[in-house]
Amino acid sequence: MLDITTQTQKPYLEIRDLWKKFGDFIALRDISLEVMEGEFLCFLGPSGCGKTTLLRAIAGLDLQTSGTVSQAGRDVSNLPPAMRDFGIVFQSYALFPNLTIERNIAYGLENQGRPKAEISARVTELLALVGLPEQGKKYPAQLSGGQQQRIALARAIATNPGLLLLDEPLSALDAKVRVHLRHEVKELQRKLGVTTVMVTHDQEEALSMADRIVVMNHGTIEQVGTPLEIYREPETLFVADFIGAMNQIPAVVEEAGKIRVGTCVLQSEHNVFDHGTAVIAAIRPEDITPMADGVDDADALPANVETMEFLGSFYRASLSCPDLGNISLMADFSINAVRRVDISLGKSLRVKIPADRLKAFPAQQGAQA
Amino acid sequence: MSTIDDIPRPFVKPRLGKDDWIQRGFMAVIALYLIVALALPLYAMLSKAFSTYTFDLSQYEVQVSDEDGHFTKPVENIANLNARFDPPVIGAGSTNSNGRQKLTGLFPDFSFRSPVMYRFRGTSPEAVYLVGSERHTGPEWLELDSNTFRRVVIRPVKHVGLANFTTYFSTPALTQSVRNSLWIATISTIITVTLAFWFAYALARSCMRFKGVFRMVAMLPILVPSLLPGIALVYLFGNQGMLKSFLMGETIYGPIGIVLGSVFFTFPHAMIIISTALAISDARLYEAAVSLKASRWKTFWTVTIPGARYGLFSAAFVVFNLVITDFGLPKVIGGKFNVLAVDIYKQVIGQQNFEMGAVVSVVLLVPAMLAFAIDRQMQKKQVALLSARSVVFEPKPNRKMDRIFFAYTVLVSIFIAGIIGVCQFAALIKFWPYDLSLSLHNYNFDLMDGGGWGSYKNSIVLAVLTAVIGTVVVFLGAYMVEKTKGFEKGRALFQMLAMLPMAIPGMVLGLAYIFFFNNPANPLNFIYGTMIILVVSTVTHFYTVSHLTAVTALKQMDTEFESVSASLKQPFHKLFRQVTVPVSMPAILNISIYLFVNAMTTVSAVVFLYSTDTALASIAVLNMDDAGDIAPAAAMGMMIFYTNAGARILHALASRGILKRSEAWRKGD
Repeated sequence: MLDITTQTQKPYLEIRDLWKKFGDFIALRDISLEVMEGEFLCFLGPSGCGKTTLLRAIAGLDLQTSGTVSQAGRDVSNLPPAMRDFGIVFQSYALFPNLTIERNIAYGLENQGRPKAEISARVTELLALVGLPEQGKKYPAQLSGGQQQRIALARAIATNPGLLLLDEPLSALDAKVRVHLRHEVKELQRKLGVTTVMVTHDQEEALSMADRIVVMNHGTIEQVGTPLEIYREPETLFVADFIGAMNQIPAVVEEAGKIRVGTCVLQSEHNVFDHGTAVIAAIRPEDITPMADGVDDADALPANVETMEFLGSFYRASLSCPDLGNISLMADFSINAVRRVDISLGKSLRVKIPADRLKAFPAQQGAQA
Repeated sequence: MSTIDDIPRPFVKPRLGKDDWIQRGFMAVIALYLIVALALPLYAMLSKAFSTYTFDLSQYEVQVSDEDGHFTKPVENIANLNARFDPPVIGAGSTNSNGRQKLTGLFPDFSFRSPVMYRFRGTSPEAVYLVGSERHTGPEWLELDSNTFRRVVIRPVKHVGLANFTTYFSTPALTQSVRNSLWIATISTIITVTLAFWFAYALARSCMRFKGVFRMVAMLPILVPSLLPGIALVYLFGNQGMLKSFLMGETIYGPIGIVLGSVFFTFPHAMIIISTALAISDARLYEAAVSLKASRWKTFWTVTIPGARYGLFSAAFVVFNLVITDFGLPKVIGGKFNVLAVDIYKQVIGQQNFEMGAVVSVVLLVPAMLAFAIDRQMQKKQVALLSARSVVFEPKPNRKMDRIFFAYTVLVSIFIAGIIGVCQFAALIKFWPYDLSLSLHNYNFDLMDGGGWGSYKNSIVLAVLTAVIGTVVVFLGAYMVEKTKGFEKGRALFQMLAMLPMAIPGMVLGLAYIFFFNNPANPLNFIYGTMIILVVSTVTHFYTVSHLTAVTALKQMDTEFESVSASLKQPFHKLFRQVTVPVSMPAILNISIYLFVNAMTTVSAVVFLYSTDTALASIAVLNMDDAGDIAPAAAMGMMIFYTNAGARILHALASRGILKRSEAWRKGD
């Protein structure tokens, strides 16, 4: 388990040695994970990485083959969903089409010995909470996608479950609505303090919403960490590549802290490999710094701008660096930097690859991922 | 990489909740229903087809006393005794399961008044003989006087093997039926599919008027028993037919009549399938064809036909199956032209040769099963053709073509409506062709043999019970298969059982029920001859289409409803009641009307199973026609038609009401 720096509470959800097979295919391999009370955790990964399978195992919708799940200190490994304590929201909303919004939200409140007035008061409260008062008498089909998903959320939290599970809840929505609702869901989760696990394949969604992210690939956990850790300190080439953009350059380790690319030796602070190890050097496009003319820096490399694409808030350039051999580097330059350094297509300039941002990963890791 | 063998044990064993147990219970009950109502009867029938019975004379011994009752003569083996005669008294031929053989013929000077005594025994425990109706086995000697020995019969022994099939295929009269059936089914299929294709094409691709009326007329044949067109054809082309000269000396009693009638009753089935296939064609392909300057003719062969090909094949196999398994029509109008389905009836009802009936059933099962299997494959491919982004084809007016199509659909509609019209005419005419005055005399069913009005009432009861019970059973079964979790093997088996009835011809099912339920050793024997067995056989006979309708409706529902409901700790039956059933209501209504209409018109399965108390309207049509009361048969056929038409109208009203009420939450359908 990774260090839990800010959280001091005990884990609310514990997953131990979880395996899941479908026929001969192993969907989850030896997953162990802890989710803290009140935490917002994201499972992030490409499709088929096992993130939804893991969520469904936690919910008891598709039981794991082997391993345990305990929630609030109780072993729930083999219990059917109805005997666990969670609310769930699906990508498809799964609202009951023939029941009004009110009855959808009240669905889990019925048959629990609650008086009618209490149920109706709770429904009104929940409608207000998700920002849709006055809509209770409508049917799901009469609401927009974003509104329907808020109702699904209200229905899931109506019974005050200890755990909220979100299975790609925003993936079916338009881009604008998605960004807006991202924020609202996060706010609501913070307000309620409910432990939440969300599955997503959208890294932006995970980075902006999660307290911690679990990056998954091929049924295993690649890395667990805060969004910043995942972005800044990827532990594997897969994570480095999957989150954000990343230049990957084949290199060889010269000595500790130094790697050789082509004829050029670059500083790489984090590299701990032995001399001669083949590695993949990785640098994010936005970490490549353009040097203004006249500023002297021994580490700066000469580069030519091969292509330049305007992407709204920045330019993405493709650079060729003769010193690095026959490769092209992707670099993001802010509009300011482009103006200041006067970067344009075909121009030569000098760029710096900061030693603390240049990572090195074992070369065979790339082949595996 | 780790493999599945590396997964540490123990594996998690799911703890089943209350819902899981209830669901499994339901599934077990419905699976048990299908096993009892389908699998076991079929097994009984198959084992019958492969069983032969012969008398094994060598297993019996007899000793005859002198006049004073002293047993001084040697013990004789019956087989040796028989061999002494030339020709033998007891022939070597096979018998059936009910076979009984008297022995007195072996004793030329036998007299029941003689004081001679007989000692009799079997030499092995399998040797069975009866004294009167009392059953004896085994090597115990039994001493009988002459009067009692007269009542000794030996029972045959059963052999398992292909002997029945050898007999069948070496009887030219029987094998001729195989050729006849295949021939009739092929011809009818070609004609029906061609007619139905152009009819469906006219509806889908022309701008002619009155499409709604044509569509309705095309569906009419579904509402009547398949034997009704036979009656109409007799009136039209029979010996005293109105249009007899049209046949130019040929007789309608035979292949011509069967083909004409088959085209009539299979037309709607082919039309629906081909219409669906044409409806899903992508308009963009036609736009592409136009932009490539392809001729109409070329577009038709390169776009229309390939797009509809699976529909055409599927329609062909469905029609083939319907024709080859149909019993009512060839019975009424087949004359001396024998077909397989009628052979089963003749063997069983006419000759009481159940084993040979079972053999013919197995022979009929082969093409029926094949056609069914191919049709399933076609249907699957058809679904795959359907792309979500297809653009619906909108026909553009074309005066000349629209007129040609209009004329064509009018002609086909006249044929269909004409057949029903002739039946109505026949029902209302006093005495064709001598007294053409109108009367309701023919509706006085109580004056005829065949069950009278009681049979009509029985049919209504059967149809209502089948619709209600069938819908409940089918929908619950489909729900359990489609919406429950775990228990994969059980669900797969259930799905297979549910698909099976479509491949089983009604005659075969009916005969299988005789073998299974009429067996006194069967604890369910009590339902034999009651309304229950008619309901069970009808629900089972029409199970598959209903099941598929229910499954399709359930598949359209979000798969996560059950997950959400369980996470909210609500029992599955609450979701079932409050969401699943209301949302599926249109499909549920479709299933019930389908079962109702078919229960009213079916003949094939129930013809073996009805008793005098449970005679049915459709059977009455058959029996009255058989007895020569053709006009009353037509009248009863029309009663079925009115009832089904009324039921369809009620169904349409109910569907519209439900759709209107659910307008608020149902969008797009």
